[in-house]
Amino acid sequence: MNSLIKITARCLRSGAQAYLPRPADGRTWSAPARFLCADVKKDLGEIVKKDKVVVFMKGTPAQPMCGFSNAVVQILRMHGVDEYAAYNVLEDQDLRQGVKDFSNWPTIPQVYFNGEFVGGCDILLQMHQNGDLVDELQKLGISSALLNAEKESK
Amino acid sequence: MQGGLLPHPLMLPTVLRCARPISTSLALSRPLAHFRPHMDPDPSRPVERAIRSKLTNTLQPDYLEVHNESHMHAVPPGSESHFRVLVVSSQFEGLALIKRHRLVNEALKEELSSCVHALAIQAKTPEQWGSNPTLAKSPPCMGGSRGDHTVEEKLKGGRE
Repeated sequence: MNSLIKITARCLRSGAQAYLPRPADGRTWSAPARFLCADVKKDLGEIVKKDKVVVFMKGTPAQPMCGFSNAVVQILRMHGVDEYAAYNVLEDQDLRQGVKDFSNWPTIPQVYFNGEFVGGCDILLQMHQNGDLVDELQKLGISSALLNAEKESK
Repeated sequence: MQGGLLPHPLMLPTVLRCARPISTSLALSRPLAHFRPHMDPDPSRPVERAIRSKLTNTLQPDYLEVHNESHMHAVPPGSESHFRVLVVSSQFEGLALIKRHRLVNEALKEELSSCVHALAIQAKTPEQWGSNPTLAKSPPCMGGSRGDHTVEEKLKGGRE
């Protein structure tokens, strides 16, 4: 019964909207969905390296579908990070499970910096609170808006 | 009415659903002001018990809090799907945050692959806890669990 529900859900999802995981800056990931299903691990290895900041989340930055995913979006926004790739795991169950296997991390959201797994919402929040996030963004060549704001106030 | 819910538009349908009479013994024996912040172990909550016991055995914490936050999310009452844990252990000393979280994930691997859908983690050394003894708060739910088949399956798994 469960697998029937899964198959039906998948058909409804793919039927209603031919929707591929789309990065936040509007670029469309061009490979077809079946390619993603066939070798998710290999694809993820490429996906996480393609952009400096990569987020796997529920929903989109414009419309997050989860409070924890939304927290990640808000933190990045606070630091002025607008250019990042965001992949909506709710659009693709293979991606959703694949990224958990790939990162060996059981939950969503997941954040990658320069191809390296950083952690989820809790870690990003703590990095934001203890100042580490500003430093890590600096290493990526991204100047945090909070760092700039601090400089301007001096 | 669930007192623990935050007033967010998306939560309204959940509140209305919960207003229906629920005939499980869990609901009857539990007053609506159940969502208390302190930590007495609840024998009728097997997942919470398992989480507490596994974290205790693996990490020998100086201090441990396990919070079932399922009531804050779009899942049925009595669910054990969303948790927040605070672990204070000297085993975390010298470890980066991600390594600490991985230790917690590893200890709870079974629960995370079956019924637990979300796990918020605070992993502190005794010194860090001493200088800042506060529990972080989870952000408001945005309803993502509603109609989510993965979550539905996990909830069924928890009841078996």
